Amino acid sequence: MTLQPPLQPAEAHHDPAEAVEQNENAIELKEVEGLSQGRIVMRRFLRHRGAMVSAFVLLFVILLVTTSIGWGPIPGWWKYGYKELNPITNAGGAPTMGFHDGGFTFGEHPFGQDNIGKDGFAVVMRGTQQSLTVMFVLGIVSTLIGIIVGSTAGFFRGRTDNVLMRVTDMFITIPVIMIGAILGKWVGGASPWALAFALAVISWTGMARLVRGEFLSLREREFVDAARVAGASNGRIMFKHILPNAIGVIIVNATLLMAAAILLETALSYLGFGITSPEVSLGQLISEYQTAFATRPWLFWWPGLFIVTIALTINFIGDGLRDAFDPRQRRIPTRRALARADRRREHAAARAAASAKA
Amino acid sequence: MATTTTSGSAAAETDARSASDVAPAPVRRQRRGAPMATFLGRRFLSSLIVLVGATFIVYMLLAYAIDPLEDLRTSTAPNKQQLIEARIAALNLDTPPALRWLQWLRGAAGCVVGNCDLGTSWVTGAQVTSMLQGAVYSTVQLVASATFLAIGLGVVVGIVSALRQYTGFDYSVTFGSFVLYSLPSFWVAVLLKQWGAIGFNDFLADPVVKTGTTVLLALIAGVVWSAIIGGPLRRRLITFGVAGAATAAVLVFISETGWLLDPSLGPVVIGAIGVGIAYAVVALGAGLKNRRALYSALTTVALGVALYYPLQYAFVNASWPLIIGLAVVAVGSGILIGYLFGGPDRIVSARAAAITAVGVGVLIFVDRVMAVWYTYSNSTRINGRPIATIGSQTPGLQGDFWVEVLDKFTHLLLPTIALILISFAAYTRYSRASLLEVMNHDYIRTARAKGLPERVVTVRHGFRNSLIPLATVVPLDIAALFGGAIITERIFAWSGMGTMFIKGLQTADANVVMGYFIVTAALLVIANIVVDFVYAALDPRIRVNA
Repeated sequence: MTLQPPLQPAEAHHDPAEAVEQNENAIELKEVEGLSQGRIVMRRFLRHRGAMVSAFVLLFVILLVTTSIGWGPIPGWWKYGYKELNPITNAGGAPTMGFHDGGFTFGEHPFGQDNIGKDGFAVVMRGTQQSLTVMFVLGIVSTLIGIIVGSTAGFFRGRTDNVLMRVTDMFITIPVIMIGAILGKWVGGASPWALAFALAVISWTGMARLVRGEFLSLREREFVDAARVAGASNGRIMFKHILPNAIGVIIVNATLLMAAAILLETALSYLGFGITSPEVSLGQLISEYQTAFATRPWLFWWPGLFIVTIALTINFIGDGLRDAFDPRQRRIPTRRALARADRRREHAAARAAASAKA
Repeated sequence: MATTTTSGSAAAETDARSASDVAPAPVRRQRRGAPMATFLGRRFLSSLIVLVGATFIVYMLLAYAIDPLEDLRTSTAPNKQQLIEARIAALNLDTPPALRWLQWLRGAAGCVVGNCDLGTSWVTGAQVTSMLQGAVYSTVQLVASATFLAIGLGVVVGIVSALRQYTGFDYSVTFGSFVLYSLPSFWVAVLLKQWGAIGFNDFLADPVVKTGTTVLLALIAGVVWSAIIGGPLRRRLITFGVAGAATAAVLVFISETGWLLDPSLGPVVIGAIGVGIAYAVVALGAGLKNRRALYSALTTVALGVALYYPLQYAFVNASWPLIIGLAVVAVGSGILIGYLFGGPDRIVSARAAAITAVGVGVLIFVDRVMAVWYTYSNSTRINGRPIATIGSQTPGLQGDFWVEVLDKFTHLLLPTIALILISFAAYTRYSRASLLEVMNHDYIRTARAKGLPERVVTVRHGFRNSLIPLATVVPLDIAALFGGAIITERIFAWSGMGTMFIKGLQTADANVVMGYFIVTAALLVIANIVVDFVYAALDPRIRVNA
C-alpha cells in the first residue's frame, strides 16, 4: 500500500485516450492532495455506486431485523412473535401484502402464514437475526485467528512458519462443509453463537495465508528496520507497524469471508446440522418449507430472498472495498466520456488552427 | 505479494500458495534432475504428514461429535444395558479415541500397498471400501460433466467480458456473477425442480410457445448478441436484427411443428451447424485467410454428413466402447484431412479439422439420442414427463443403449444446471481477471506494435497466457469433484459421496465418514502437488526450489 496515487497509466490500452488518461490522473492527484490514506480509501469507497447502494440496503435489512420483532434488550414494533400461532387470515395463509382497494397495504401478515398460523414476517426476521449473528461472529472470530496465525508465521518465518503452515494445510484439506457438519452436529442447534465459534475454528485458513504473505513482504521494508533500530519490540513491530499496512487485504477478505459464512450457515442449517427447530434460521426455514413450495410458495421465497440479499450486498461491499484499497485503482472514463474529450480536443485544435490562420 | 488484488479471495489464496510453495525463480537456471527428485520427495513427505494430521483432526472431532449409542440410550428394551455393552465392545468405544485412530490408520496405511482396510459400517455391515466404489462412480457421473461445462462456459464468458471491458455486457456479466455467487445452492435447486422439471414437463403436454414469449426471447437474444459482438451502432443494429430474427424463426418452427415432442436434427441441420462450427473454429484458431485450414474443416463436415446414414447402421448395437472408438476415428480422420491439404502449416489445418470433426460427431450422436426421445417420453414409466427430479435412473425402464443414454441425460440435466450456475460464476471472474492482467503486459503491446492481427494477439499471446493461473485452480476443483456435491446430491436424491457422508454422520458411523474423508483429502493433496508441477511447467519463470 503506497501512499502515492499511481502516476503512470498502468492500463494504457486505450491508445488514443492516453492524453485523456493523464488528464484524469492529474485530476485524481489534485483530488487526493493533502488527504490521509484513510480519507482517500473512504472517498474511493463512497464513489463506488454498487457498494454504496449495497451498504444502504444491508443497513436497512439490519435495522429492520433488529427493530421489528425486537432483539434481546431492543423492543420490537411488530405485533406477532415468531413462535406465536395466530388465526389464519387469508385462505391458506397467503400474504396480505399487495395492492388492495387501489392502494398498497401491508395487512395483518405481509409475508403470509404457514399451515399452523405462524406469521411469516416474524419467522423470517428471527431467522435473519440468527443468520446475521452467525455471519458477523464467524467473520470476526475467524479473521482474528487468521491474523494471529498468519502474522506469527510471516513475521517469525523459519520453523514457526513451517509448523503453522502445515497446520493450516491440514485444515484446508478438510472440506469446509464436511467439518462444518460434524461440528454443527456436535454443538447442536442450541445457539447461533456456539455454531459461529465452531465454524470460525475452521474457516480462518485463507485469511492466515493472505496475512502471512503480506507479512513476508512487508517485514523486509525499510520502515520495519527503522522501527527495529529505534528499539521496538517484536509485538510492537507486528501490530503497530506491519499490521496497519496489511489492513486493506484483511478487511476485504473479512468481508468476502462473511459472504461465504452466511451461505455456509444456511447450507448447514438446511442439511439439519446447523441451527435446528424449534430455533429458526434462514436455511432451516427453507428446509422446513421446501415441500410446501407448490401450495405456499411465499414461505419458501422470503427466507431465500433474504439470504440472497445479504450475501449479494456483502459481496458488493467487498468489491467496493477492494477497489478502494487498491492503489492501482483509477477512475475509469466511460467510452462516451472519452469520445467527448476527443471531440473537445478536436474543437480546440480546430479553433487554434483557425486563430493561427487569422 | 503486495499486489495480490486479483478477483476473489480464492484467487488471492492461489497467489499466496504459489508464493509459499513455489518460490519465484532465481535468475540463474537450476539443474534439473536431482533437485527435482529431492523436491518431489520432500513435497510428498510433507503432504503425507498433512494428510495424516488431517485424518487425526477429523477422527478426534468425530469421536466427540457423534454418539453411536444415541438410539440405545432412549430405548425401552428390557436388556438395554446389555445392548449398550455389546455395542461398546463391538465398536471398541472403551478404548481412547486416539488409540482407535491408530488402529484405523493401520488399516488405511494398507492402501499404499494395495491392501485397503477402511473398516466396516456398523450400521449396514458393509465394507467401507466397497461402499466407496459405488459412491465415487455415481458422484463422478454427476459432477464431471458439470465441472467441465462450468470451466468451458466460465472461461468463454470471462474472456468475452474481459475483451469488452467497461461495456454494458461486461457490467452485466460482473453483476450476474455476483448474483450467482450469492445464491444458496439448495434454494436454486428447489426452484429448478419446480420450474425446470415440473414446469417444463407441464409445458411439454402442449408445447406451443406463446407469441409474447417468442418476441421477448428474440429481443433478449438480439440484445445479448449485439452486446457480445459489439462494434459501431450500425453493426450492433444488424447483429440485433439478425440474432433476434433467427431466434424468433427457430422458436416459431419448434412451436409449429411440435419439434419438442419428437426432436431430430437430420443431415441438413447437422451440415449447417457443422459449417458454422468449421467457420468458428477456423476463425478463432487459424484465421479465415488460411484457406487450407478452412477447406480442410469444411471437408470434414462434408465427410461427417456423408457418413450420417451409414453410421445409423453402426449405431444399432451401440455401446460406449464403440462410441469412443468412433470418436477416436473422427479425430483421426480430421487430422488426416488437414494433413493431406498440406501447405506450410499442416498442423494448424489438422487441428482445425480435428476439432470440427469432434463437433460434427457430437451432433450426430445427439441426433441419434433424440431419435429415441418420442418412444422414451411416451413409455409407461415416463408418461410424458421426461425431466426427472430425483435419482440417477428411472427404475424398471427397459431399453437399448440409446434409451439408457437419454435416461441418464434427463436425470443429469437439473443437478448439472444447479452445479454449473454456482461454479460458473467463479470461473468467469478468474478468467476475466486473468485475461485483463495479461492484456496489460508489455508483450501484448509489442505484439500489436509489430502488426499482428488482433485475433493472433488475443488468442495466441493473450488467451494462452491467461490460462496459466486457471491451471492452478482446475486440478483442485477436479479433486473436489470426487468429494461430491453434498447439497446437490441431497436435493436430487443422488446416492454419491455426499449422500454417503451425510448418512454416515446421521447414523453416527465413524468409519463411513472417515472413508469419505480419506478419499477426498488424498485427492486434494495430490491435486496440490500436481498444481505445483503444472505451474512450474507452464510458466518458465518459475522453477521448483528444492
